[in-house]
Amino acid sequence: MKVIVCVKQVPDTKGGVKFNPDGTLDRAAMLAIMNPDDKAGLEAALRLKDQYDAEVTVLTMGLPKAADVLREAIAMGADNGILVTDRVLGGADTWATSTTIAGAIRNLDYDLIITGRQAIDGDTAQVGPQIAEHLGIPVISYAQDIKIDGDKVVVQRQYDDRYHVLEAKMPCLITALSELNEPRYMTPGGIFEACAAQITTWGRAELKDVEDSNLGLAGSPTKIAKASDKVRKGAGEKVVPESPEDAVSYIVDKLAEKHII
Amino acid sequence: MSLEEYKGVYVFAQQVDNQISGISFELLGKAKELAGDLNETVTAVLLGSGVKELADELAEYGADKVIVVDDPALEVYRTEPYAHALSSVINKYKPDIMLVGATAIGRDLGPTVSARVATGLTADCTKLDIGDFPLNPIPGKEQKHNQLLMTRPAFGGNTIATIACPDNRPQMATVRPGVMQKIEPIKGAKAVVEEFNPGFEPNDRYVTIREVVKAVANVADIMDAKILVSGGRGLGSPENFKMLEDLAEVLGGQVSCSRAVVDAGWKPKDLQVGQTGKTVRPQVYFAIGISGAIQHVAGMEEADLIVAINKDEDAPIFDVADYGIVGDLNKIVPQLTEKLKAAIAAK
Repeated sequence: MKVIVCVKQVPDTKGGVKFNPDGTLDRAAMLAIMNPDDKAGLEAALRLKDQYDAEVTVLTMGLPKAADVLREAIAMGADNGILVTDRVLGGADTWATSTTIAGAIRNLDYDLIITGRQAIDGDTAQVGPQIAEHLGIPVISYAQDIKIDGDKVVVQRQYDDRYHVLEAKMPCLITALSELNEPRYMTPGGIFEACAAQITTWGRAELKDVEDSNLGLAGSPTKIAKASDKVRKGAGEKVVPESPEDAVSYIVDKLAEKHII
Repeated sequence: MSLEEYKGVYVFAQQVDNQISGISFELLGKAKELAGDLNETVTAVLLGSGVKELADELAEYGADKVIVVDDPALEVYRTEPYAHALSSVINKYKPDIMLVGATAIGRDLGPTVSARVATGLTADCTKLDIGDFPLNPIPGKEQKHNQLLMTRPAFGGNTIATIACPDNRPQMATVRPGVMQKIEPIKGAKAVVEEFNPGFEPNDRYVTIREVVKAVANVADIMDAKILVSGGRGLGSPENFKMLEDLAEVLGGQVSCSRAVVDAGWKPKDLQVGQTGKTVRPQVYFAIGISGAIQHVAGMEEADLIVAINKDEDAPIFDVADYGIVGDLNKIVPQLTEKLKAAIAAK
């Protein structure tokens, strides 16, 4: 069984976001991490490796330094890493990104593709389903449990107030929620292997059945008209009451003033 | 493609168990505004099995026309038959704009359809306008008018971007639930109803539904609450949520929570407010023991009134709170509940 896991290197937004003086995101000042939903997807794949001896290939698209997340994945137990990087791929929206990744995946054999539901930088949740569409395979998004049953995969798919147990014929693409599992740590042996591992690097020339007009910034149907810091409404009153009683009176007065009570 | 052929503002009218989801009415409200600006009409696309009679309800909320694809294959949501139905509608009717709710269904259907009909899709929009692209004229570059300008938060709510789709049609967006306003329903309004069936031939892309498991707890949706009492990691333990439940009960409100609480397994995901949870706009939002990470604030800053209680004077929640109280929630909240109970009883 062969599993491809798509991962993305993202700025860690948890520690706050840093901006350049010109208002653009200062990626260099922020820690780059493996996107959390993708890491859950990787863990799901590694469990298939533990259970069914699956071969796990991790694939990322990004700048050359995105190879770091591939090495991290290998240190966790993945077998191979593929970095898709090329100047002409820069500035891609989700359509151009999914077109690129599908073009790379066409070179590979696979039974299952796992992506994270969404990346914490863009939060779009679009690239996974779009890769499946470009490859013409079924997609099951929002997976909270994954099992293999012969040539089929059985997935719990989360909805707002329910879940569906779905069965799909492989090959198939699944998007993983970070609730899916607790990703394992890198092992010392794994880190050693990851340092020595050969990362495969592909550029535009290696993408299969892809038109130039569908790549990069120029091939992206969506265009940014404007980007800025979020303007927030700003703080109101802040008080440091001397006692809980004072705090309670303050709140009750304010609620009465606003006709809430 | 000739972009001029594409006309009208279309809404994917999501239904679950043959009940129209609230987001569909919100989208219709916004679509009516956009259609007014463009001098076009509003069409709802209703997919399902035995759903035709729901068309009147869509008309009352602003649909001029309803395209119904009624087929047993569409009884329960599955990506493939729904994507086939919606992309067939798009290819046949050629909408200028296609709006989809950013729900668990819409965020699956939207990307699949956009890839199939080869157009752009902007996710999780919080604002939609008609305007020019580029926003200001640039020498040597054509400025297109009457474009859909789609605004959305990114980087966990730290930045906000406005996006256009100038060269492809339809212009597609998913829209966050709870952000757009539905109109007052126009009783007795009727829409032109048109039935269409593209034919459904099951293939390997059709998944099989083995089981549908509904959540047992039938809690009301926090997005509908007028008053929310929301707790964060500062509560210290799941047991302490009892304090918030008592306060919420006195005020006729509901309890919600931050992501940290869901991550810790104290509360279920459907009570989570924030960028990766739900967007709420209650009359009063109590943020109790919530530090106020931007991803949380993105989901509640539109509340009419925000009251924050936190022991950390520098907690970022105080930057958005109308009334911020620095103090010990364990002492303040139970007393507040008692005093409010007395105050309300006295009326």
